[in-house]
Amino acid sequence: MDLDKFKVHGEPLIYGAMISIALATIGILVGLTYFKKWGYLWREWLTTVDHKKIGIMYILAALLMLFRGGVDAMMMRLQTAAPEMKFLDAQHYNEVFTTHGLIMILFMAMPFIIGLMNVIIPLQIGARDVAFPRLNAVSFWLFFMGAMLLNISFVIGGSPDAGWSAYFPLASLEFSPTVGNNYYSLALQISGIGTLITGVNFIVTILKMRAPGMTLMKMPMFTWSVLITNVIIVFAFPVLTVALAMMMFDRLFGSQFFTMANGGMDMLWANLFWVWGHPEVYIVILPAFGIYSEIIATFSKKNLYGYTSMVFSMLIISLLSFLVWAHHFYTMGQGAMVNSFFSITTMAIAVPTGVKIFNWLFTLRKGRITFTTPMLYTLAFIPIFTIGGVTGVMLAMASADYQYHNTMFLVAHFHYVLIPGAVFAVIAGFHYWFPKVFGFRLNERLGKHAFWWIIISFNVTFFPMFFLGLMGMTRRLYTYSKESGFGPLNMLSFVGAVGLAIGFVILVYNIYWSTRYMPRDTTNDPWDGRTLEWATHSPIPLYNFAIVPKVETRDALWSAKHDNIPLYTETKYTKIHMPSNTGKPFILGVVFFFLGFFLVFSMWIPAIVSGIGILVVLAFMSFDKDQGYYIPVEEIAATEKKLMRGETV
Amino acid sequence: MKKKGPLYALFLSLILLLPGCSSIAVLNPKGPSARTLSDTIILSIIVMLGVLAVVYILYIFVLVKYRAKKSNEGYIPKHEEGNVVLEAIWIIIPIIIVAFLSVVTVKTTNEVENVAADYKDQTPLVIYASSSNWKWHFSYPEEGIETVNYVNMPVHRAVEFRMYSFGTITSLWIPQLAGQKYAMSDMLTTLHLSADTEGSYIGKNANFSGKGFAHMEFEALVLSNKGYEDWVKEVKETAPKLTEEEFKGLLATDYLGRKTYSSTHLEFSPPPGNHGDHMSGGGKEMDMDNGNPEHQDNKEIHPSPEPSSGTEFDSKPDPEVDQPLPSSPVDESTHEGH
Amino acid sequence: MKIDASKPLEYSTEENSNKIFGFWVFLGAEIPLFATLFTVYFVMVNRYASGPSGSELFEIGPVLMETFLLLSSSFTIGLAVHAMRHGYKKAMMVFMAITLVMGLAFVGIEIDEFFTYVHEGATLQTSGFLSSLFILLGTHGLHVSFGLLWGIGIMIQLWKRGITPATANKTFIFSLFWHFLDVVWIFIFSFVYLKGLM
Repeated sequence: MDLDKFKVHGEPLIYGAMISIALATIGILVGLTYFKKWGYLWREWLTTVDHKKIGIMYILAALLMLFRGGVDAMMMRLQTAAPEMKFLDAQHYNEVFTTHGLIMILFMAMPFIIGLMNVIIPLQIGARDVAFPRLNAVSFWLFFMGAMLLNISFVIGGSPDAGWSAYFPLASLEFSPTVGNNYYSLALQISGIGTLITGVNFIVTILKMRAPGMTLMKMPMFTWSVLITNVIIVFAFPVLTVALAMMMFDRLFGSQFFTMANGGMDMLWANLFWVWGHPEVYIVILPAFGIYSEIIATFSKKNLYGYTSMVFSMLIISLLSFLVWAHHFYTMGQGAMVNSFFSITTMAIAVPTGVKIFNWLFTLRKGRITFTTPMLYTLAFIPIFTIGGVTGVMLAMASADYQYHNTMFLVAHFHYVLIPGAVFAVIAGFHYWFPKVFGFRLNERLGKHAFWWIIISFNVTFFPMFFLGLMGMTRRLYTYSKESGFGPLNMLSFVGAVGLAIGFVILVYNIYWSTRYMPRDTTNDPWDGRTLEWATHSPIPLYNFAIVPKVETRDALWSAKHDNIPLYTETKYTKIHMPSNTGKPFILGVVFFFLGFFLVFSMWIPAIVSGIGILVVLAFMSFDKDQGYYIPVEEIAATEKKLMRGETV
Repeated sequence: MKKKGPLYALFLSLILLLPGCSSIAVLNPKGPSARTLSDTIILSIIVMLGVLAVVYILYIFVLVKYRAKKSNEGYIPKHEEGNVVLEAIWIIIPIIIVAFLSVVTVKTTNEVENVAADYKDQTPLVIYASSSNWKWHFSYPEEGIETVNYVNMPVHRAVEFRMYSFGTITSLWIPQLAGQKYAMSDMLTTLHLSADTEGSYIGKNANFSGKGFAHMEFEALVLSNKGYEDWVKEVKETAPKLTEEEFKGLLATDYLGRKTYSSTHLEFSPPPGNHGDHMSGGGKEMDMDNGNPEHQDNKEIHPSPEPSSGTEFDSKPDPEVDQPLPSSPVDESTHEGH
Repeated sequence: MKIDASKPLEYSTEENSNKIFGFWVFLGAEIPLFATLFTVYFVMVNRYASGPSGSELFEIGPVLMETFLLLSSSFTIGLAVHAMRHGYKKAMMVFMAITLVMGLAFVGIEIDEFFTYVHEGATLQTSGFLSSLFILLGTHGLHVSFGLLWGIGIMIQLWKRGITPATANKTFIFSLFWHFLDVVWIFIFSFVYLKGLM
């Protein structure tokens, strides 16, 4: 075996990263041993099947990845802040923007949203857990191990360097000979399988486990958005699975899918990638629309305007999302006819999206608007996302796109869509649902400080990029000359990036500060919420609802508070069936990690052993007789009594 | 509104920062194709500013009027289901806007995909542009000359670029003359452009293609008809022939300066077949089959470059190449406006 | 666990009914998976470069045999589920065993076919066409192979635990999977082999 391929060649930055990763790992291991927390970690987290804890782990992982992706972003902005910068060389710059894209979309935005959906969906529909709690743990560990696999590429073997879209032939063995793109194909594959399972799980949960009386058209808007998102996941992710498998075969086994000779076709990759890639954008944006809908309704004290058209607009967006993929490569020479078709389908998406914007504005109208931190992010979303939307329409025009394609204009556009459309949403949702999960609110003053830093810096960072694009600056450019005139605007953009970093530091500090000093929320409903998640205790007991609520209206809790429609018709507790914890999903994830790692380095025998290991774990899972356990009535009564008094369990 | 302030200030500072409009290459067109695109872009910006204005005015209005204040304390908003008429309005008006923009798109896309109207009666000057690693080869089959990393063309003349690649997907882009189009290994693509003004323009590869991507710029020099003819004549008299040996050397080199030859590589290394309209039908069905046996045969004599080992970015240029690598490709092209 | 006696055994608990519905959703994801593989195959079918084309490669004999085996096994798994509903454990086990044996024979013939192709110089590396053929057939074959292991696991559980709501549920889901693979095979048979031979 050739040890040389594990090495990443020498930059002080990389050695620094290696040392810090090693130190952090040792620190965590030593800390766990010293504080005797191994048992706690295993019992409470690694083996958990509780949707709330899995959700929290998703969000923690997403925050960690936000940090990693953010550092990547800072390095890119620094390298391009001035002409002829010598901070990173071309190869490292390429690796950095590739991982930035992959991590932010697949390992930050998606898990953050899946995390929120794990925590909130069962509560919103009045269920005790998701449909398949153990499968849910499998999903999480596959995602997590995939993310870790991609992350170690930075220090072992080298990161992918062909862009997050990994166009062939650039991503082929010939032009990208490091193992970086092997990591790409395997890490994405493993976490993609996890995501697919999540999709199945949540479709069943939402369709089959709603509280009595909650018809489809009485579901909260976030639940609707998550249902539609998971349908998109189920139809889009298999395409990625196939594309990644073909990529892996091309790189590891010499097949001829995307090669330049022997009948391979490089354009096929671009098509497959974007058939998945465009719906992927809506996978992260639709739940965000759901989160905003909940927050706007809550903080304007008004029901959501045009509920039916909101639902239908999301359905139409999800359909159209599968019919627009070629707008990512109008310049591939497919002729005016084809381009015109895709232009029209793409612009058509603006219509249902516009419907949503106006419905939100009309929800605010005649409301009583309070400006809390989650509401501020939501309100900032509307004008900023609209800029992203209208530039999207501009980009959709095939002819004009010949001038925007591959430029900073495009980069500005998708950051204007994805940051307000996904990142602000998860931050807003995080602040909004935080008291439900932890029993205290985040500090409003610090929250607003962070908000203003983030909003203003965001615009300073990305608005100049529209101009840079029109000036002819292409994306993924690691350096440029002074004469190009790109310097000043890039410097401005760098200043903005620093501001964004400060904003995020304040945001994280707020979590720390609030954990230490914020008083406990004893109301269970600090925002005067409208939907079922606010009907249970905060923090949430293991079984979510001691008595399953009955739903009559869309805003069930609001109706209970204001229209005297009771939530509970039952008053007696009955024993509750709960799933038992299991370590198998975690073990399965670990084995998948090793399978991926060995395949990346073409170590066949260990890879085969890991593959058999997966089958063995699956067999153990199948033979498991564990049918879960019951929480007896007395225990429920005791817990409820404690919670009513405001004690923690 | 409190938060419009910073946004407004930002916008103002941006305008002040911009070193004049001429540096916005895309909006400073020098040929009919780029002009069509520039007009389309400006039109779409105006329409979109209108949309933004509607949203922003409504937004500011509701936020100011319905914010929680002392005077409306205790006010509990009424349940409001929605309004069919209003919702129909914000469905129909966007549909009209989208329809209008669709018409513009279809029209302009067709325009730029063909020879510009003013030059319809000319037979276009054909130039093959092929990319390899991080350089561009321009072959003039009619004149029988070839250049590397610069392209000269006559003013007021329809030019037809036929692009392909000896490796990764690249995208030929001369922002002031026309929009970009991909150059790919197994398909020939076509780009029509012409220039109204003599001058030197920056051309570049717009599609990320690896390590040397940032340095893949070239000069597009538009000469008077006489100047162009003189240049062709001079090249034919003075430049060496491009042998197959020499061409293989060029392909294998990562970076090159300018080079000029009095014959083209097309003779011994023909381009891939033309499958310009490989996606047929309404666009939903992708028919990307190109089982043209001729093309499959081509593969043999259409070599792909070997990945040269040790292609560190700062490696020395190939000794065969007599011209030094310019420190920055932009240095030598004096684009106008400066 | 609440058991609803009015429903078939495999649907009898809420969890079981969710599992069956969830599996249908999973099959919903398998459809785009195979649809993508078929699309790739159709794009690549004429890109055989210097290698053999479909008509030069395919032989109808083994393919007809494979089709016969898989179609029959789809019938026998149906009989197994039928026997299960009547509570005939022994008949059920026999039909499942026949199903698995036919599945095994199918995989055997397919592997033999692959060896023949490779022997004739038609490998994964030869051409775009062959790569897409191998990945399409391979994915289907891998599904069948996984089904064999899964089926054996279920049979062991049936043998040890008898027909319970849990084992009945697993058998029923397995039968859905098996029928699905049969449908995919019909598409492969028609659009890969028959079309290729024409």
